[in-house]
Amino acid sequence: MSGIGTGYDLYPTTFSPDGRIFQVEYAHKAVENSSTAIGLCCKDGVVFGVEKIILSKMLVEGTNRRVFSVGEHIGIATAGLTADGRRIVQNARQEAKNYENFTSDIIPIHVLTERLSIYVQVFTLYNYIRPFGCSLMIGSYDEEKGPSLYCIEPDSVALGFYGCAIGKGKQEAKTEISKLKLSEMTCKDAVKEIAKILIKTVHDETKEKEMELEMSWICKETKGKHKLVPKKLIEEAVEWVKGQENEED
Amino acid sequence: MFDLEKEFLSDLNKEVKTGTTVMAVTFKGGVIIAADSRTSSGSYAVNRVTDKLTPVHDQIYCLRSGSAADTQIISSYVSYYTNMFSIEEGSKPTVKKAAHMFREFLYQNKQYLHAAIICAGWDPIEGGSVYSLPLGGSIVKQPFSTGGSGSTYLYGYCDMNFKENMTEEEADKFVTYGITEAIARDGGSGGIVRKAIIDKNGVRRKTVYGNKLKKFWEK
Repeated sequence: MSGIGTGYDLYPTTFSPDGRIFQVEYAHKAVENSSTAIGLCCKDGVVFGVEKIILSKMLVEGTNRRVFSVGEHIGIATAGLTADGRRIVQNARQEAKNYENFTSDIIPIHVLTERLSIYVQVFTLYNYIRPFGCSLMIGSYDEEKGPSLYCIEPDSVALGFYGCAIGKGKQEAKTEISKLKLSEMTCKDAVKEIAKILIKTVHDETKEKEMELEMSWICKETKGKHKLVPKKLIEEAVEWVKGQENEED
Repeated sequence: MFDLEKEFLSDLNKEVKTGTTVMAVTFKGGVIIAADSRTSSGSYAVNRVTDKLTPVHDQIYCLRSGSAADTQIISSYVSYYTNMFSIEEGSKPTVKKAAHMFREFLYQNKQYLHAAIICAGWDPIEGGSVYSLPLGGSIVKQPFSTGGSGSTYLYGYCDMNFKENMTEEEADKFVTYGITEAIARDGGSGGIVRKAIIDKNGVRRKTVYGNKLKKFWEK
């Protein structure tokens, strides 16, 4: 592992001879160490799901949040260093509030994404501040424009997705996501499918401890507001996944 | 003792104000805005052919009254920001957005400014809209609005003659006669009537020169 970028990997201000900035790539590794988060654009909204590893039985459920609201209409799910994610969300909230104060309109998601992208990029320029060690998925739903989902990585690249996964199990998750027909799926179905991917495909019961599912959505049903998926629906989804396992056995 | 300097030259050093009459009226399909053309500094007409119809964006205009310097700088700030935002967002700004930006500037700097603005235009969401932003920095959406020193002579005229959903011709007549009357009665207003019609097709500018202004009751 060490030795790959020796000499060129001390600061983000140094390029390697083959044109890479190793510090930013190491920031990606920090994201890959964290548990998986998934975002899906369905026909009537956007759903986020995060696999949260329960480190201790003493931890209260529902704390240590990985999904955040920015304004009422935008949700952000993080993977990587949670504290870094919170910092960027703080900035996002400030941007959204300033935009709203100045123009009396809510901030469009692609404007917020671009501004966050620019913000994240600043931290890849200097040797005295480190890049953010987290990736973010930003989602919103609008009656006219439909669902939108963007993903910002530590190198500040922001791309629009129909379905996206970040974190440890992103490769397996992306494979499963590509099998889904997202344009025909409703958000309620997506809750089940995300639960299935996180519980069955991504989470390794033998290696890791128990997990908790944190899910949120912005959809027609929530009238375009970012809300946590009701606990009942998540429990039903988990039951459904268990049912599926039994069928396959 | 008659002091020439004191009597005449002090007048010329007064702040340039647009003692003005401006009107903005919504009609079926858009808005029509109109203004007089006098900028005065005390009793000297600095400019008798002023254009007070200031573009902020493609289909959003503002009418300026109060201190000429204050209103010019604020409208150029709002024009800058609306242009920047429309590039960022990929769509034209609504009149509501531009009007609220005016409000931010006017309210946050109210101690330093003497500026009242009427922001009017057309956007696909609301159609024609008129927003009035008086001295203190408040904002109110209205079917029509008048401003400037000459507007005091128009309250009765407007209340009696305004109708919702007028045709373009009716609205054109409404504002032309209004400005004409204010020019006749208000010393701070004069010159020609400049008009702009803003609808979904864009902006059409018109002018009514002094000799063509209708004469109302006059001895």
